Amino acid sequence: MRLTIQINGEQHQVDDVWAGESLLYVLRERLGLPGSKNACEQGECGSCTVYLDGTAVCACLVAAGQAQDREVVTVEGLAPGAGELHPVQEAFLAAGAVQCGFCTPGLVVAAHNLVRRNPEPSDAQIREELAGNLCRCTGYEKIMDAVRMAAANTQEAGA
Amino acid sequence: MSAPANIDAPTRDGVGDSPQRPDGIGKVTGEFAYASDLWHDDMLWGATLRSPHPYARIRSIDISAALAHPGVYAVLTHEDVPGAKYYGLDHVDQPVLAIDTVRYQGEPVALVAAEHPEIARRALAKIEVSYDVLEPLTDPRKAAFDATAPALHEHGNIVRHQPVRFGKISEGQRAAEVVVRGEYQVGMQDQAFLGPEAGLAVPTEDGGIELYVATQWMHVDLRQIAPCLALPEDKVRMTLSGVGGAFGAREDLSMQVHAAMLALHTGKPIKIVYNREESFFGHVHRHPALMRYEHGAWRDGTLVYAKAEIILDGGAYTSSTMNVVANAASLGVGPYSVPHIEIDTYGVYTNNPPCGAMRGFGAVQACYGYESQMDRLAAELDMHPLEVRRINAISQGSVLANGQVVDTPAPLAEMLDRLAATPQPEPADQTDIRNLPGGAANTTHGEGVRRGIGYGVGLKNICFSEGADDYSTARVRLAAVGGEPTALVHTAAAEVGQGLVTLQGQIVRTELGIERVVIAPADTQIGDAGSTSASRQSYMTGGAVKVACEAVREMIFERAADQFGVPADELSLAGGKIVAQCAGVLAALADFLGTEPIEAVREFHHRPTQRMDPVTGQGDSHTQLALCVHRAVVDVDVELGLLKVVELAAVQDVGKVLHRNSLEGQIHGGTAQGLGLAVLEEIQVVDGLIRNPSFTDYLIPTILDMPPMRLDILENPDPHAPYGLRGAGEPPTLSSTPAIAAAIRDATGLPLTRVPIGPEDIIHSVK
Ligand code: FES
Ligand code: FES
Repeated sequence: MRLTIQINGEQHQVDDVWAGESLLYVLRERLGLPGSKNACEQGECGSCTVYLDGTAVCACLVAAGQAQDREVVTVEGLAPGAGELHPVQEAFLAAGAVQCGFCTPGLVVAAHNLVRRNPEPSDAQIREELAGNLCRCTGYEKIMDAVRMAAANTQEAGA
Repeated sequence: MSAPANIDAPTRDGVGDSPQRPDGIGKVTGEFAYASDLWHDDMLWGATLRSPHPYARIRSIDISAALAHPGVYAVLTHEDVPGAKYYGLDHVDQPVLAIDTVRYQGEPVALVAAEHPEIARRALAKIEVSYDVLEPLTDPRKAAFDATAPALHEHGNIVRHQPVRFGKISEGQRAAEVVVRGEYQVGMQDQAFLGPEAGLAVPTEDGGIELYVATQWMHVDLRQIAPCLALPEDKVRMTLSGVGGAFGAREDLSMQVHAAMLALHTGKPIKIVYNREESFFGHVHRHPALMRYEHGAWRDGTLVYAKAEIILDGGAYTSSTMNVVANAASLGVGPYSVPHIEIDTYGVYTNNPPCGAMRGFGAVQACYGYESQMDRLAAELDMHPLEVRRINAISQGSVLANGQVVDTPAPLAEMLDRLAATPQPEPADQTDIRNLPGGAANTTHGEGVRRGIGYGVGLKNICFSEGADDYSTARVRLAAVGGEPTALVHTAAAEVGQGLVTLQGQIVRTELGIERVVIAPADTQIGDAGSTSASRQSYMTGGAVKVACEAVREMIFERAADQFGVPADELSLAGGKIVAQCAGVLAALADFLGTEPIEAVREFHHRPTQRMDPVTGQGDSHTQLALCVHRAVVDVDVELGLLKVVELAAVQDVGKVLHRNSLEGQIHGGTAQGLGLAVLEEIQVVDGLIRNPSFTDYLIPTILDMPPMRLDILENPDPHAPYGLRGAGEPPTLSSTPAIAAAIRDATGLPLTRVPIGPEDIIHSVK
C-alpha cells in the first residue's frame, strides 16, 4: 500500500508498504529514521516512543496504515535546529543518564512529553510517567536526575 | 605502574573529571548507529530456524519449499558451512548449524536470506525438519552425579569440577561450637540488554567479508568466525557497531557466522536482527545454581570452617562455564577469613538453555550462598548481621580460599562501619499509596506491611584469572590539526555503554596535556583489546592507552631535549605546550609537531596469575579483587507477598575515581541487576523449554521498582593498576541480591532460600 505521513514537519510518501508493517518498521527501515528503537517490538519497553498527532505512543504497536495522513514526531525531530539540542536532550547528557543509550530516544520523548505537560513533576510523578520505559544500564537514578534537570531547564527557558 | 602519571598537572576533562560522553549527542538525538540500525543498498535480511526441541536427533532437513518461496535468495544448513562446523569461546563444541543433534530449544538449524524480514520468516516456516525427539536431561544434579544419565557430550556431562582444599576441614569441624547449614538456589537470569543481537555482513571483492556487529570482544569473535568461513583472519574485517548493552550476553557468537555465510553465498550484504523473543534463545544466560553450604564458628562469631557444594547448570554447550566454575570455587566463601575450607564446584551440561557470561559470573551465585549463611550464623548467635561479617572480614594480608594473599587494600571492616553509619530512610508516608507495596494498584493502606533491613557483601575478581594473558592494545597518534594538538586513539575495545570511549579521552588529556582527542572506531585493524567483561576495560584498555601516551610523551621529550638542549627529565606537557621545569614554556605542541605526527602502539599486560590446582584449588589465580557492600531496606506486604524496595545503600572501594558520573552509573546499574535477580528476574525453564521469552513475562526492573540509592565511594589505590583504579562494574551486582533477600527475610521471618523471591514464595510460606 501507499502511505502518506507527516514526519517531523515534512510530508513523506512511502510505497509498497506491507499491511503487517508497524509504524516503527516504516520509520526505521523505509524512511531512514532509525532513532526510534526496537528493543521489544511488543509494547513493553518504550524504546520506540514517538508522538502521533501529539500523543506519545509506542510506534511498534501502531500499524503503519493507522498513521496515514497523521503527524508523527520522532526523537530526530525534537531539537530546535541542526546542531542544537532540546533542553531534555541536554539534561540527559549532562546528568549522565546515557550509557548504552538504547533506551534514550524513547526516554527523551517520554520525558519531553512529561515536562511539557507538567513543568514541575514530583519524583513520584516522574516514576509513574516513565514506568513504561525500560533501561537496563542505569538503574534509573541518573534518569531521575535528568528529568528533574530537564524540568528546571525547560522552566528557565520559558519553553 | 612504571612511569608516574602526568596527573599532577590537571588538564580539563582529564582523569578524575566527569566530561560528557563523546557518543552522547548521537545517543540523545537518535543519530548514533546501533547494529540494528545498519542498512546497505541491495541488502537482504537473514533469519534463523531454531529447534523447537531441547533434545532431538535430526533425521532430515528439506529446504526445497523454502527455497522456492518468492523473494528467497538462499536457504542454508550445516552442509553449507564453508569451514569448521563447530566453534566455541573456550572449547570448540557448538555447531554453527545443528548437524545431527540438537541439544537445546532454540539451537540454530537453518538460515534464510530474503528481501523482506517477513518473507524470511515465512520461508523459515517452510523448512521441513524431521526430528526424533529425545528425553531431555534437565536436572543438573542428575547430570553431574547420576551415571545412568545420557552423556550429552563425548567427555560426559561435567564441564569442570573444581575442588578447593584449604587448611584441614576435620580440624575445623572439631573446633566449631556452632554450625549452620543451608541449601540455596539461584534461578536463571537473562542479561536482557535492550539492543537486540544484530549486525551487517558485507561481502568484499577479494572474497572476504566485512562484519559490522554489536559484540564485546571482536578478536575472539574473529578467531571463531574465520575458521568456520574457511577464510584467513585478514579476510574477515570486523568493525564494532553501536552496542545496546552487553552484560556478558555478547561474549559468545550469535549471528556473526550466520550473516557472513549468507553474504558469501548470495554475494549480497546481509542484515540480521533478532527480535526480543529470539534474543532470549540467541544468547547464553546466567548459570542457575544449586548450593549446599555449611559454616562452623566459635560462639564469638569467628569462622572456623566452611564447606560448600556448588552446582552450576551450564546448559547444552561449554561457553564460559570453565571460568564461571573457577570464580564460584575460588570466591566461594567470599571476603572472609576462614581457616579450613572444602569446596566442590561443578559446571555441568544439560539440555537447558546454554549459560555463560553475565555480569559477576560465578561470584554472583556464590555470594548469594555465603551471604545467606552469614545471616544464618548471625541469627544463630543472636548477633547483628554486620557484626558477624566484621569479625571475619578480610583485610590486606588476609588469605583467600585459593591461598592467594590479599596484597592490596581491602578495607571491608571500614566499609561495614560506614554502611552501619549510613542514615536510615524514613518510614513510608502511608498517606500516599504509591509509597507502599502494590503502589497505585491500591492493594494496601499499610496494613500487613512490615519493614526489613538486610546486608550483603561481595568480592569479585577483576580482569581474567587463572593464567590468562588478557592484554589490550592501543595506538595513540598525536598530530597538529588546524593548529591544535589532536590525539587519535585507536583500539579494538568494545564500548557497550560503560563509558570507555569517554575514559580513553580523559587519559589522553591527562597524559599529554592536550584537550582535543578523537576516538577512532573500534575494529580489528589493530591488536586485541580483550573482552569488555570482568570489569577489566578501564584497567586493561585504560592501561594500554596510558602506556601508549607515555611512549608518545617520551618521544616528544627526546626530540625536544635535542632541539632545546634541556634534559628530557625536566620536561612536561601541559595546556598543549612543552614545559621545562626551569625555562618555562618551550614550545606549543602544535608548532613542535608541525607536519610530523608522533605515534605509538603499545600493549598493556596485567601481572601474571596462576591456574587453580585441579585437586586443591590453590594458586594465585586473580589479578585484582574488588569489594562492594549493600544495605537494603524493603517494605513487604506479608499478606499479599508484594514488596517495595525502599532504599539501597552501597559502599564500594574503587581505588581511584576516574569519572564519577559514569562510575555512579555503573554502581546504580549493577545494583539494579542485582535487584532484578533478587525479586523479579528468572527465565522459567520447564522440561528444557523457555516459558517466558518476552518482556511481558520476563520482568526487568522499571523505574518504579528501583528505589533511590545512596553511594559511598572509597578510593584506596591498588598500586598494581593504572592510576590505582579498581574495576567497578560487577561488584555491586553481587552484593545487592543477598542484601535484598535478607531484608525480605527480616521483614517476613521466612527462610526464603531461593532467588528470585516472588509474591507466591512469601504468601505460600506464611502460616
Ligand atoms: S519496541 Fe515498542 S515498546 Fe518496545
Ligand atoms: S542506557 Fe542502556 S538501556 Fe538505558
